[in-house]
Amino acid sequence: MSARDVVPVAHLRQSDPYKPGHGPGGAGGHVYATGHGEGGPASPRVVVGYGFWIFLLSDFIMFSAFFASYAVLSEQTAGGPSARELFDLHDTALQTAFLLASSFACGLASLAVDQRSQPWTQIALFITGLLGLGFLLLEIREFADFVGRGAGPSRSAFLSAFFTLVGCHGVHVTAGLLWLGTMMAQFLAKGFRQNIGHRFLCFSLFWHALDIIWVGLFSLVYLVGSLPP
Amino acid sequence: MTTQAGPRSDAEHVLDLAPGENPIEPRRVRAGLLAYLLGLVLASGLTVASFWAAHTPLIYGPAVPIAISVLAVAQMGIHLVFFLHITTAPDNTNNALALAFGFLIVCIVVLGSLWVMTHLDHNNHSMGEVMQMQR
Repeated sequence: MSARDVVPVAHLRQSDPYKPGHGPGGAGGHVYATGHGEGGPASPRVVVGYGFWIFLLSDFIMFSAFFASYAVLSEQTAGGPSARELFDLHDTALQTAFLLASSFACGLASLAVDQRSQPWTQIALFITGLLGLGFLLLEIREFADFVGRGAGPSRSAFLSAFFTLVGCHGVHVTAGLLWLGTMMAQFLAKGFRQNIGHRFLCFSLFWHALDIIWVGLFSLVYLVGSLPP
Repeated sequence: MTTQAGPRSDAEHVLDLAPGENPIEPRRVRAGLLAYLLGLVLASGLTVASFWAAHTPLIYGPAVPIAISVLAVAQMGIHLVFFLHITTAPDNTNNALALAFGFLIVCIVVLGSLWVMTHLDHNNHSMGEVMQMQR
């Protein structure tokens, strides 16, 4: 690993962003002004992160379409079981706790990455993955239970919409877990290189975003669905 | 004159932050840890509040879904600020603007679908009702 690869921590900020005429300024200071061209294009970290942020927003929009179809179809049970009869809020609470704790652990991992601490990075990411796996197993158990009770996705429009919406989130979590495994391996094998740091920034955005989607899911699908008519 | 060509290195950017970037200086782990802990506490509190709202007899029944929705939006905000570090600071303008646009589209998709489909449902009478009306 050459010295060039190991950059000092990327986001050291010397200036107060709220300061009027923000920027380092001062004698001999070169003012980087966004959009003024003088500073050149943004750094790869900003470009990569921003691009991934746009992707995540498009993911939110896709989920919003599934949310909308679920909201429209949630009462169309075709004589089959309703949300009220199916949902077990104890499992939902446990899933919520797992995913929130996982998101928190991912935050700790990004602090560890900032510190270039290999052991803490690996430990925090391992806990993140373990909690994510716990969430996923609970979800798989729930789905298997529903299908076993004759409430599979083909039973009614409500269940089709439910499995599409919640299953899509589950698929995202599964993909996130695979990505998490590769991130741990990359940190271990390649160290804290700049491009690995960019990948991890994207991963942590992805993982936190999944928790945001889950907030919508447990609130609007599970809690509202379990309310008495 | 120090005119730069090509992209800046990561260490140099001072006026923009990538989304998800923790705006604290890396040496201050404590501050970062406290921010994540605060986020965790606030998010847990809001989660407990929504589970409570779903069960309590204290809230007027028809208002419960609205209460849960408000708590959900609040918790999403907590996640955005404390976990994704999307702020209103000038170095986050692009991230916040993109989020605002995403929020607009999400609102159009969800509210628009519900609006259209409710009216459609309202205007489509079932066969039984049609027979009743013809009598």
